[in-house]
Amino acid sequence: MRRAFVKTLLELAEHDRRIVLMTADLGFMVLEQFAEKYPSRFFNVGVAEANMVGLATGLAACGYVPYVYSIATFASLRPYEQIRNGPVLHGLPVRIVGTGGGFEYGAAGFTHHALEDLGVARLQPGLTVLAPADHAQAVSALRTAHSLPGPVYFRIGKRDDYVIPGLEGRFRLGGVETVRTGKDLLLLSIGSITTEAVAASQALSREGFEAALAVVSSLRPAPLGDLANLLKQFPLVVTVEEHFVDGGLGSMVAEIIAERTIPCRLVRCGIRSIPEACGGESYLREAAGLSSRRIMESAVKALGEFSL
Amino acid sequence: MSVQQTITARAIRRLIIEESKRANVGHIGSALSIADIIAFLFRSELNFSDPEDPSRDRFILSKGHAALALYAALHLKGLLTRDELATYCADGTLLGVHPEHRLSGIEFSTGSLGHGLSFGAGVALASRLSGLKNRAFVLVSDAECNEGSLWETVMFAGHHKLSNLVAVVDDNGQQALGPTKSIVDLRPLGEKWATFGWRVFDTDGHDAGRLKDTFRRLRDWDDKPSVVIASTVSGKGVSFMEGKVEWHYMPLSDHQYGLAMKELEEAPEE
Repeated sequence: MRRAFVKTLLELAEHDRRIVLMTADLGFMVLEQFAEKYPSRFFNVGVAEANMVGLATGLAACGYVPYVYSIATFASLRPYEQIRNGPVLHGLPVRIVGTGGGFEYGAAGFTHHALEDLGVARLQPGLTVLAPADHAQAVSALRTAHSLPGPVYFRIGKRDDYVIPGLEGRFRLGGVETVRTGKDLLLLSIGSITTEAVAASQALSREGFEAALAVVSSLRPAPLGDLANLLKQFPLVVTVEEHFVDGGLGSMVAEIIAERTIPCRLVRCGIRSIPEACGGESYLREAAGLSSRRIMESAVKALGEFSL
Repeated sequence: MSVQQTITARAIRRLIIEESKRANVGHIGSALSIADIIAFLFRSELNFSDPEDPSRDRFILSKGHAALALYAALHLKGLLTRDELATYCADGTLLGVHPEHRLSGIEFSTGSLGHGLSFGAGVALASRLSGLKNRAFVLVSDAECNEGSLWETVMFAGHHKLSNLVAVVDDNGQQALGPTKSIVDLRPLGEKWATFGWRVFDTDGHDAGRLKDTFRRLRDWDDKPSVVIASTVSGKGVSFMEGKVEWHYMPLSDHQYGLAMKELEEAPEE
């Protein structure tokens, strides 16, 4: 999705001179095109995320629309207070673009894993929080959110090579996109991990369970209406997020179920502890219960408990 | 609407004492410390009469805990009525202990130190991109220079030669729990900024003549961002507060209020 980001930003920048791109010294082989085409609107601020967000806030207060870019954990956590007291408090159109959420930076280790970015972003009033599931949806999300008057946090995937079948670039602010129908349970997924959810739905089918799959990419505004309508149709929902299990998608679904008294059992697949060892993305997902196999097992277990 | 009055440090100090007493709120020493700087900037230096004019100079009070001095200047400038000023710290007001951007004339909500300079640098960058000639003035405290985020901006602004950015350090040598030199010694402060590519001007932050001369000299240069290291005294203008760390937080008793107002009434005109 990183290339989707730059490609879309280049398109938008052609017609919108307010766009400025800033990076905290990350984006090798990603941001060069923008830097070459719009050198006066591109700033590598150095390894200084707090300053980057402060600068962006000042620019936004003077009519610009700055996009600030870094690895998701650095983009969201290091300058968190600057985001809160800057674009959030002042309602300014700063776009914070965090790349490679969850375990996408694999063996780079825990310091590079954004496991709470969506949760902390979701806490901030007026901050739109988006995590598209594939390249085409990222393009739609970026285009849709560009005109918003307030701040936006994007978690975008590092890779560009996966496609969620049936999603076809659909994106709505505050909406949920169903990509597979089924009657036995509902899988809800957010962001890049949706590829695993797709594979889990296929594995469930082989086990004789028909899972619906819906993609939540707009965490804020929360897709309250869409989710409530969906949840009412299923006895079981399994949320899938490459994120600490508290604070993100699973928590939001729990809130909706509780507040609207929806008779749907919830199983949350997410990260519950700091990984005990280093490894690649697949290894870490497997260990955290987020591989397609382990998602499928969690769903089957819950279905078994449900039928007792 | 309020009427513009002569913006003097003495008038600002009187308003600080009156309103902090009425609201029973502290941070008096910090506000008195910057009264002369604020008076000079709002009287003579800032191109700031319409808070909505895109080409206005921006003043950012990064040491937000001294907001009362800024409110007083906005009142004297005619942007805030005396009645509005008298809502300082009342329920439902926009005039809190720290500045809120919802109040017309406040460019940026501060209170968390180490944030205002990066905002000001962003404003300066925006002006450069837009071809505007305005400047961003950011008033920081000396203890605020403890914040790492401030130095991120100092480095950035130095590298990009943001000559339309002016930082003013209220160098009163005091912070919340004691003297800066015994907590984290900042000296030599000017050299630190200079090393990062800023043009440094030392001045007396209580001498209107020297402030005027310093900001005039500053205009002669357009190759670097500028920092004015203004030597000040916390609590300046009220003898029993001067240099006393407790006036970072303490509110005034009735007796102290009487003494302070008497001193300010007897102080010479500027």
